[in-house]
Amino acid sequence: MSLLLILLIVLPLAASVLIMLGAAPRVMALGAAILNLLISVALFARYDLTAGGWQFLSEWKILPKLGINMTLGADGLTLTMLLLATLVTLSAIWIAPKIDKREGVYYVCLLFISAGVIGAFASLDVLFLYSFHELALIPTFIMIGVWGSGDRQAAAWKATIYLGLGSFILLIGLLALYLSIPAVSRTMDLRQLDQMAAAGTFHPSSLIYLILLVGFGSLVSLFPFHSWAPPAYACAPAPTAMMHAGVLKKFGLYGLIRIALPLFPDAMHQFNGLLLLLVIGNILYIGYVTVAQKRLDWTIGYSSVMHMGYIFLGLASLNIIGVNGAMILMFAHGLSVAAAFALCGEIRRRTGTLDYSELGGLAKVTPVLGLLFGFAAMASVGLPGFANFAGEILVFFGATAYGPTMILPVIVGVWGVVISAIYMLRAYRNTFWGPMMTRWDSLTDITPTALGSVILLLVPLMIVGFYPQLLVKMVTTAIPR
Amino acid sequence: MNSLFLEIAVVLLGIVLLLVEAFSDRSNKDYLAYLGAAGLTGVLALSFLPQIGPLPMSSAAAFITSDILSVFFVRFLLIATIVTLLMIPGYRTVLVRYLPSERAGGGVGEFAILPLFVCAGLMWMVSAIDFIMIFVSLELATITLYVLVTYLRQNTASLEAGTKFLILGALSTGFIVYGISWIFGVTGTTNILALPDAISTLPESSLYALLFGIAMILVALSFKTGAFPFQFWIPDVYQGAPTPITSYLSVASKAAGFVVLIRFLLSLEALPLLANKLNAVITLLAALTLIFGNFAAIPQTNMKRLLGYSSVAHAGYLLMGVASLASLMAIPAIGFYFAGYLAMTMLAFVVLQAVSEATGGDEISRFNGLSKRSPFLAGAMLLSAASLAGIPFTAGFIGKLLIFEVALKQGHYGLVMLGCVTVAAGFYYYFKVLRAMYWQQPSEETAIPVSATTKWLILLLGAGILILGVYPEPLLAALR
Repeated sequence: MSLLLILLIVLPLAASVLIMLGAAPRVMALGAAILNLLISVALFARYDLTAGGWQFLSEWKILPKLGINMTLGADGLTLTMLLLATLVTLSAIWIAPKIDKREGVYYVCLLFISAGVIGAFASLDVLFLYSFHELALIPTFIMIGVWGSGDRQAAAWKATIYLGLGSFILLIGLLALYLSIPAVSRTMDLRQLDQMAAAGTFHPSSLIYLILLVGFGSLVSLFPFHSWAPPAYACAPAPTAMMHAGVLKKFGLYGLIRIALPLFPDAMHQFNGLLLLLVIGNILYIGYVTVAQKRLDWTIGYSSVMHMGYIFLGLASLNIIGVNGAMILMFAHGLSVAAAFALCGEIRRRTGTLDYSELGGLAKVTPVLGLLFGFAAMASVGLPGFANFAGEILVFFGATAYGPTMILPVIVGVWGVVISAIYMLRAYRNTFWGPMMTRWDSLTDITPTALGSVILLLVPLMIVGFYPQLLVKMVTTAIPR
Repeated sequence: MNSLFLEIAVVLLGIVLLLVEAFSDRSNKDYLAYLGAAGLTGVLALSFLPQIGPLPMSSAAAFITSDILSVFFVRFLLIATIVTLLMIPGYRTVLVRYLPSERAGGGVGEFAILPLFVCAGLMWMVSAIDFIMIFVSLELATITLYVLVTYLRQNTASLEAGTKFLILGALSTGFIVYGISWIFGVTGTTNILALPDAISTLPESSLYALLFGIAMILVALSFKTGAFPFQFWIPDVYQGAPTPITSYLSVASKAAGFVVLIRFLLSLEALPLLANKLNAVITLLAALTLIFGNFAAIPQTNMKRLLGYSSVAHAGYLLMGVASLASLMAIPAIGFYFAGYLAMTMLAFVVLQAVSEATGGDEISRFNGLSKRSPFLAGAMLLSAASLAGIPFTAGFIGKLLIFEVALKQGHYGLVMLGCVTVAAGFYYYFKVLRAMYWQQPSEETAIPVSATTKWLILLLGAGILILGVYPEPLLAALR
């Protein structure tokens, strides 16, 4: 029994308890985040690729009569997501500005979100996968409402209601899945579910897949369940947006990969047309909506919705290449969108506005900030050299291999790359180039702290971009044959 | 130890405390609440002693049972009463404010002793298997509650609440007696366990008379459990009653009503024709209760009213479990839900009492900026609200999960779907409290004091919520 995975969950919670008891919030939070990153890097490095499968297992009995236990374990995909989660957590905590009101609550909220996503990724039991994700709901609500900007309260409400409803639809889907297992062997353990599905002893109704798709889909902002995401990200404080858009949102995709791919192969084929339709909505419709945005934070918020379309496209191709691409894109998008929101927050802190009509020319006074934003924007567009490119190209190859029904979605997807280049370059130009208002003359450039935390996100993006095999061989271990 | 003796012990404790109060001239009556709580803790310990053979009085066995349901809920009621008694010292200033001035400082004594008699009545009620016994114990509990609800004699809200409670309580008593007499008239028995045999030999023609009697009893029980269509007294009475009593009403009184409902329906479960009809009715009531409780809670601005509607909403989830009684897991699910409900509801009321003591009101706006004034109370309320809303790792989540599971197993897909929608509505109104505590600015910055008793009560109830939410198995095993 390896206790490293539970340690990853316990450390942020323990740090939260210490903060509540009066320890210095920032020190504790940073300490927990750094330790967690080290642990997840160690786990990533120690994963035995030749053996594959689930490793670092540990188990606690919770509801044995119902076959529900808290089981933690990791394969290549888990470890990739854990690496993403711990990287973004450290970056988000590191970049957090000086908090004037209730500093303790701020860091406790961030740590709870982090513990929640880590727990969700590390859980082998479907119920705990779900439960840990829910843990992040309240802290997100509090953070957006207290430390957000703009129309933050409406945004927090909308996101909470959407996510709450989505989660409960998801819970119903999971319960229905659970009840469709023959009574003698009821379990929520992913390994046993996979085995049963592989052995053909378990045939859940394809209706359950649709429920799960709606449930997970609203958590990932799949079109048309996306409208909570842009306002929530625009209004949230930067670290919250980084955690949510970067990591927490990936949970829905992670759930689909873990549950829908192995258990509903037939249903996924059957309803692939529907999913592709939504994917086209995500890429094309949201893409154009993004172009129309007049504020930087909303542009990035919508772009993060749009890019989910590519990940769904990879999943919908239902082959190793496409799913592989989707997984790499999950990692890549998580880092790049977190970097974009981090820089967005830095700009907002300096200017107090993100309206394109008031920004422009900032590269003159904040050249390093501009350079970093350029990197983040290019990564998000999918420029070669960044992990996003590796992911997208695999998604396109995978989708093309699926068959003729994919021709239209792939064309839309490639056109989507052009759209995202349009809005990202527009955002870059409107913020950092062109004439600058004189009131920005005295802006200071990025601080070393913020520089460090953004570089922490961009470096792995480039490493994977130049050497995608590093991730490919890891995530392949998680793809059902 | 068997049920009967435990109730007698509680009554004796009450009488002894009344005598102590009469002959002691201490002006601070808080000690009575502590003595009562200590005594009940002793009774709770007694309940874990092994059962004493068959009941000594042969006639008593026909009235009282000591099955799993009874044993569990007797302990449940004892714990709920202990928590209520421990809330009373913190409520003393309010009591003194609203009692006639010649008794200033006094009059608090009975307030701490009367709950013991309610407790005994409710304990009998959850062990009763005969309508006569149910009726008598119900009256013992209800009449004592009339006194407690109107206790703040110079507070018009309390008087209004008491009057409403009295009139509607009397009405529901009328319904239950009327229903019992119809059932007795048709079947010739008042024993719940003997009902199936008596009914199976009935001629077809008397079926409607029987159904009428059953309907009357369901109406009366929906009053007790706070289920639709007899939920309308709840918000007003909850708002006006003294806070510890509101908390007691919403937990103990509701639980006892549910146990009677479960016993009644379980015995009719043996008759498929009747059971199907009743199941349809309960399903409908569950759906309406869910809809009413959750949607009417949304616009509330008073915390006590909000918790009142929330208690209706929870009655809806519990009714989902009652509608699935055919499943073996239904009773453990309902019992577990109640255990969690006790911890989270009473925690909310304890925090509410501390906050309204310091701010002088029960409105949600009194919670504004609580996270600044008392992070401890705000954290406790956060935990309680999370559990009430059904966030994982709390008792409320496991409770809902178990209930939804049995309901799905029994094919109540529509109810479960509705449950999903109402849970989302629940997020909204419970999060309203979080918003006040964390988003809003406080009207004043002074810290809110928390007494030692309150602090320990909050810690214990909070621990209960988390332990049940993370490690539910031991309690469930006790309920199987």
